[in-house]
Amino acid sequence: MNTMRTARRGAPPAPSAPPSRSLISVVKDLLGQTSGLTFVALVVMIIYFSLMEPGKFNTTSNFDLLAQNVSILIVLSVGATFVIATSGIDLSIPAAVVLGEVFATKALGWFTVGEGTAVDVTESETKFSYIAVALLAALAAGLIIGTVNGLVVAYMRVPPLLATLGTLGSGLGAANLMQDGSNTATSALAPVTSGEAVPGISNIVLIAIIVVALGWVAVRYSVFGRHTLAIGSNEEAARRVGIKVERHLVKVYVLAGLASAFGGFLSVSFFGTTSLAGHMTDNMQAITAVALGGTSVFGGVATMLGTLIGACIPSLLKNGFVIMGVGAYWQDVAIGFVLVLTVWFDQMRRKARTKH
Amino acid sequence: MNRAEVPALAAYGLEKKYGQVRALRGASFEAFAGQVTALVGDNGAGKSTLIKCLAGVIQPDFGQIMVDGRPVSMSDPVHATKHGIETVYQDLALASDLDAAANVFLGREIRRMRVLHDHKEMRRRTAASFSDLGVGLVQDMRVPVSSFSGGQRQSVAIARAAMWAKHVIIMDEPTAALGVIQTEKVLQLIQKVRSRGLAVVLISHNLPQVIDVADRIEVMRLGARVARFRRGEVDVERLIAAVSGAFSNEADVPNGEVTA
Repeated sequence: MNTMRTARRGAPPAPSAPPSRSLISVVKDLLGQTSGLTFVALVVMIIYFSLMEPGKFNTTSNFDLLAQNVSILIVLSVGATFVIATSGIDLSIPAAVVLGEVFATKALGWFTVGEGTAVDVTESETKFSYIAVALLAALAAGLIIGTVNGLVVAYMRVPPLLATLGTLGSGLGAANLMQDGSNTATSALAPVTSGEAVPGISNIVLIAIIVVALGWVAVRYSVFGRHTLAIGSNEEAARRVGIKVERHLVKVYVLAGLASAFGGFLSVSFFGTTSLAGHMTDNMQAITAVALGGTSVFGGVATMLGTLIGACIPSLLKNGFVIMGVGAYWQDVAIGFVLVLTVWFDQMRRKARTKH
Repeated sequence: MNRAEVPALAAYGLEKKYGQVRALRGASFEAFAGQVTALVGDNGAGKSTLIKCLAGVIQPDFGQIMVDGRPVSMSDPVHATKHGIETVYQDLALASDLDAAANVFLGREIRRMRVLHDHKEMRRRTAASFSDLGVGLVQDMRVPVSSFSGGQRQSVAIARAAMWAKHVIIMDEPTAALGVIQTEKVLQLIQKVRSRGLAVVLISHNLPQVIDVADRIEVMRLGARVARFRRGEVDVERLIAAVSGAFSNEADVPNGEVTA
């Protein structure tokens, strides 16, 4: 044992480690962060659908379509991962998304262009300044929703479920009031998500990848991420070592609000319109993605790569079922079961660990 | 070196009320560098309240806390930490989903590029510190502490406190939940910390253990100090007498009416 300890004191024992081993350990490390089962499920699904529907499912265009479809969900889920890691929950995602959309289009309305405003410009007429201001406006919406969530949860001690249920209702109501119940169409933001800044990857997919990468670094390597996990694991312990738990919780909810509102911005860009009624289940989808991925709903454990996989599984399943001609609603049935199983496994694992 | 005469950590005339309950009634306490000071008393005697005041978790209504003879105010645990006082709580206060190094450095992470943590370095220093203290962790340093045994978790908590404490280390019932061998290990750890010149405050219900380990013993009853003993001055019987109120060697034991 003594040798073990001394070995760990210095640099890691380098000798006799062939280069391939480090690659394996990297892969192992990556897998270790996700619920292994979820990753295996994803691979099995891809192989199964590819074998069942060759030339239909496993085509570049289908995968590209799939990726585009889940990109916005991935952005929302990255934010939700942090909230869930604190053992909290954010039901207000649809409100932040929709308010993000509304704020973005309202901001476009500030610019007078010819007879109308920047809302009416075509994709080729739009300017960087329009897009930048719309983005800032969208993020402001997220900041508002996130700050309210954070303050209510951290300082007023209202359980997150109800605090965010409240902002969900109020936020959606406010968005409808601002829009008078009707949607605004615009092409001004289209350049953000259309096109391929990196050849072969749609911009919207690229953005989602960047957001996941940032979230991954934040969870694994940042002090912020570590404190988030510590709070989710043992709030009192975090407080006693001097972590400002309340302030940190506000930051986490703000981060989630910003991610959601950014998702709204992407949504207007991608679909060319606000969608007041189109995001009602975004919160459930994001929570499902996070939980499927292996982030513990009891807090303390988070995996960003798991969230990425968890976000892809329902869409992939639905897509595969549609191509195979199985009723698409079977996807909902299947995901419901799998979700409960995943959380149950997590629960069992925790019980087994705390026995001794 | 008259440092031994000035208490490393002291409290005088602490008062604390919870509603109608007077948890502390002019409680005093002294702990000296390089010594193990045991704090004993029956349940409800006010030990935990006193310790929480000393650790900055709660604030006394009246009274003075002194570090090295200087009056200090402890408005939160961070203040205690700044004065070099570390506490090992009975519930250990570990984030069980994080590994040993993450727990040891929690809230005091070694940073890279301001926002990132340097986990490799933290792990290295943790391993070095554990080996200095003779804490052998059977499990890998990478696993969450929730997979450790009770004794190992206790070791992590004590090693963390020992690593950061510059002055005083307070341990609340560190052996209460442990088996014979693990208890022995923790007691060795306490001796090691003491020999580094730290003041160790040990709260325990195990009177034979206290007599065995402590250089000084302070007895609390009904929210105040009722007796003080040096090593060798007391046996279990007399200690029980002090705890139960049948014996006191304190000049002015407050009868509940004394205020600060």
